[in-house]
Amino acid sequence: MKNVMIICRKELRSYFVSPIAYLLLTMFAVIMGFFFWNALGYFVFMGIESQMRGEMFPMNVNEQVIRPLLSNMSVIGLFLIPMITMRLFAEEKRTGTIELLATSPVRDIEIILGKWLAAVVLYGCILLLTALNFIFLFKYGNPDWKPLAIGYLGLLLQAAALLAIGTFISTLTKNQIIAGAATFGVCLLLWVLEWVSGYETATWAQVLSYMSVITHFESFAKGVINTKDTVFYVTLTFLGLFFTARSMESLRWRS
Amino acid sequence: MITVKELTKRYARNTAVDHISFEVEKGQIVGFLGPNGAGKTTTMRILTCFLPPTSGSATVAGFDVLEQPLEVKKRIGYLPETPPLYLEMRTDEYLTFVGKLKGLSGSELRQRVDAVCERCAVTDVKKKLLGKLSKGYRQRVGLAQAIIHNPEVLILDEPTAGLDPKQINETRDLIKGLAGDHTIILSTHILPEVEQTCQQVIIIDKGKLVATDSVNNLQSRARGAETVLVEVAGRNGEIDSAAVQRRLEKVTGVSRVVFKEKRQNRNIFEVESQKNLFARGDLARAVVESGWDLNELRATAVSLEKVFLQLTGGQAAAPAEETAANGARE
Repeated sequence: MKNVMIICRKELRSYFVSPIAYLLLTMFAVIMGFFFWNALGYFVFMGIESQMRGEMFPMNVNEQVIRPLLSNMSVIGLFLIPMITMRLFAEEKRTGTIELLATSPVRDIEIILGKWLAAVVLYGCILLLTALNFIFLFKYGNPDWKPLAIGYLGLLLQAAALLAIGTFISTLTKNQIIAGAATFGVCLLLWVLEWVSGYETATWAQVLSYMSVITHFESFAKGVINTKDTVFYVTLTFLGLFFTARSMESLRWRS
Repeated sequence: MITVKELTKRYARNTAVDHISFEVEKGQIVGFLGPNGAGKTTTMRILTCFLPPTSGSATVAGFDVLEQPLEVKKRIGYLPETPPLYLEMRTDEYLTFVGKLKGLSGSELRQRVDAVCERCAVTDVKKKLLGKLSKGYRQRVGLAQAIIHNPEVLILDEPTAGLDPKQINETRDLIKGLAGDHTIILSTHILPEVEQTCQQVIIIDKGKLVATDSVNNLQSRARGAETVLVEVAGRNGEIDSAAVQRRLEKVTGVSRVVFKEKRQNRNIFEVESQKNLFARGDLARAVVESGWDLNELRATAVSLEKVFLQLTGGQAAAPAEETAANGARE
């Protein structure tokens, strides 16, 4: 555990001394700020509309602002994952520092966990910055905080799984760009897989749709902790980290 | 301290290391010599537990590299060919990080960081980013990193490659200073380096062990015959090189005379004579009695280069050229 923290702290340090962390923080904050402003504008417009017509629509901040925003965040998050994970191992392989880690008295799994944990923490920081938007909702409205918290938990679980996959892909190459592009492709694929369920109901379509990370986020966006979906994310995380460990081992046998 | 038995490493297509066995005793500096691609780096990577061997065994300080890699790693300091530096870190940050990785902490860690900075002469760049350091400093930080946890065994892969002559000397002195407390294996393809720093040599070529012996033994092994350098000068101006050569060849015990070079009216010859015949006195007499001046007469140590060429055969042509180039740089 001590070694995991040593590696994790080193990774976080290199995220935050390079522009990567700040770039990602800013990018995500600006994009989500725009989405928030948009969602809120539409919400206010709907409110005025319903008053003008004299009909009362049921208005709900949780349902009409928070839930769609959480769904947006889960999709936009997919675009950040490759930028966070691409350097994790590819960079060490390119510069040869992997030899230092691999010949130090630490286990492979400690190296992997440390790096993955650093990626999760950075993603957590990025998410935290968007929480500023929601503070305004609590100031001027009265939304339920529980669905929001659960939504953030879902975002973090989803990211943990994708970051594990990205970490695995980063061990496969010396080239950051290749690692990033491949991770981006996989993330994108894991998102669009659910689209088949729109027109096809056969078993294979259900399986494909089940594999989509976005499908499993829906319950979290609603504010429900679904065991099935939680298990899906946790399994995917384990799978990603397991493959990373295997890949590191094969690295030793091959290179 | 280090025992290697029948070590073999095979890749998909080629065999990098082929049944190598050797032993290294505590406190020695061992030169690991061979042309490029001979399997030096692979052997070192197996010893540091970076690569697992295909067959055979290697033990460091009594621990097997396959069975107890963590115990081995604790006792080894390793400097790969390119120092494994995180260029965005400062020197002291980097050394602190490596120290922690190797299991140091608290005041002990701080002491060690200061101590190795002092020892490797990098104290003045402690607060500088590694990315801004010159090659020589990077190499020294790499060395500092390898000795931070005071390991019993030090494995250095071409520690002087790519340095300028001054830096090469500094690094060699540093390595020599580390002997005694540490058992050191250093790989190189530069022969003078082994002659200057090491007590024992392990020569490998194409994955196979060619020779393992002390530097002195290897030199005398190649010496079979004694070689003497003779510088002859004419008394008044010109001198007939061919005549001198003929005269030298007539001296009893001399087996071969090679004309080396001519500087103005001085001629330099390399004379090989049978061992233990001590032809030097006869040589001197022959020169003086023929009316020439004897400027210099000295026995030359056979360079490891010759041993190397003899042992590795024709294959050593390429590294020999390289060695010459390196020698020229030095």
